[in-house]
Amino acid sequence: MCLAIPAEVIEVLDEDVALMEIGGARKQVNISLVDDVSTGDYLLVHAGFAIEKVDEGEARKTMELLEELARLDEVP
Amino acid sequence: MKYLDDFRVPGAVRTLVRRIREQGGEHTFMEVCGTHTMAISRAGIRPMLEPSVDLISGPGCPVCVTSDRDIDTAIAVAKLPGVVLATFGDMMKVPGTEGSLADAVSEGARVRVVYSPLEALQMAREDRGAKVVFLGVGFETTAPTVAATMLQAREENIQNLFLLSFHKTVPPALRALGSLDEFSVDGFVLPGHVSAIIGSDAYTFIPDEFGIPCVITGFETTDILQAVSNLIRMRTEGPAVENEYSRAVRAGGNPKALSAMEIVFEPVDAEWRGLFVIPGSGLALKEDFRDFDAGAWQVELPERAISGCRCGEILCGRIKPPECPFFAGECTPESPVGPCMVSSEGTCASYYLYCQEEE
Repeated sequence: MCLAIPAEVIEVLDEDVALMEIGGARKQVNISLVDDVSTGDYLLVHAGFAIEKVDEGEARKTMELLEELARLDEVP
Repeated sequence: MKYLDDFRVPGAVRTLVRRIREQGGEHTFMEVCGTHTMAISRAGIRPMLEPSVDLISGPGCPVCVTSDRDIDTAIAVAKLPGVVLATFGDMMKVPGTEGSLADAVSEGARVRVVYSPLEALQMAREDRGAKVVFLGVGFETTAPTVAATMLQAREENIQNLFLLSFHKTVPPALRALGSLDEFSVDGFVLPGHVSAIIGSDAYTFIPDEFGIPCVITGFETTDILQAVSNLIRMRTEGPAVENEYSRAVRAGGNPKALSAMEIVFEPVDAEWRGLFVIPGSGLALKEDFRDFDAGAWQVELPERAISGCRCGEILCGRIKPPECPFFAGECTPESPVGPCMVSSEGTCASYYLYCQEEE
């Protein structure tokens, strides 16, 4: 039930609402619980609301770690 | 999809599994989030880690821990004249004392399944003659969305939207579990999205008071394996709260969401189905929002019955679903006896769907 999906902001429509792309569909999402939203941000969406921003820097660090782990798998 | 597929790296899964095997030892860890329970079962993580790591599921499915009394209340409210009850779909089949909300619909109650509390607000705007009651169920991930909806309703002076709040909060439940004499879990895998709201600092009491290590993590297989490996390491190095889901979780959480909850709700004691009453673990509307509170309405409730279902022991990690005599016989997702079989995130339902061959 606490599932939240990362989705991209296509356009900020007003202070409280953004158009977002969620699984290939465009939907209006309430952004009143998140600060400073702009086009291109990735937000976690739950029950029609954005509940937090995805931190791009932290996401990249995790991806780099996973790539490192994947390389270790290739070492014989 | 960006930020989903990016974390699905098979080579990294193999490396992490190997690392966990090399770490050795015997460990019992509890995941405290229904979405983790589902991810672990679906990806087949339990058999990957046997026999050294035992993953057990805690009371992390908000639907499952909604008490039969609260379901009875929701049904009674739904049957009041002029009421339309709006609820998340998961709640429809949860058994109360005398049937579920789905049964109440067949008896004439007006119940609508919604995806967002904002849909309930829209229903109230469009039909001013109806009393629209939103059934508020969920942990800290969901509670701020409901709080923001109530704030919006008040701003628009909508007088026909009401809330039945059965929201619950995670830290008081973890404190209650940690305080049980017979509770022996070596580490907690903590929820990702509850933590996005409340922040990693909200859990520091767990290592401090109970000596249990904790890792907050995401929902991909690599996230969960990383959490397990870190928990094993902390058993030697000393317990702390580690945040492996830093792409979504900050130390202090989401201040705007916390503030919305703080304005609308106050903590109250709440009954967790199958467990007991946990002090300060529920969220009730504050005095300022009393006019919106459908929980204050007078309704007649049936006398409570005892079912013999063992969901409570499952939620504390004492037994696994197949040890319950009802599991997969009398109790199935189509016809659930206990709440853990109802929600797709319930421990029993996830075992029923994915793990029966394991046993």
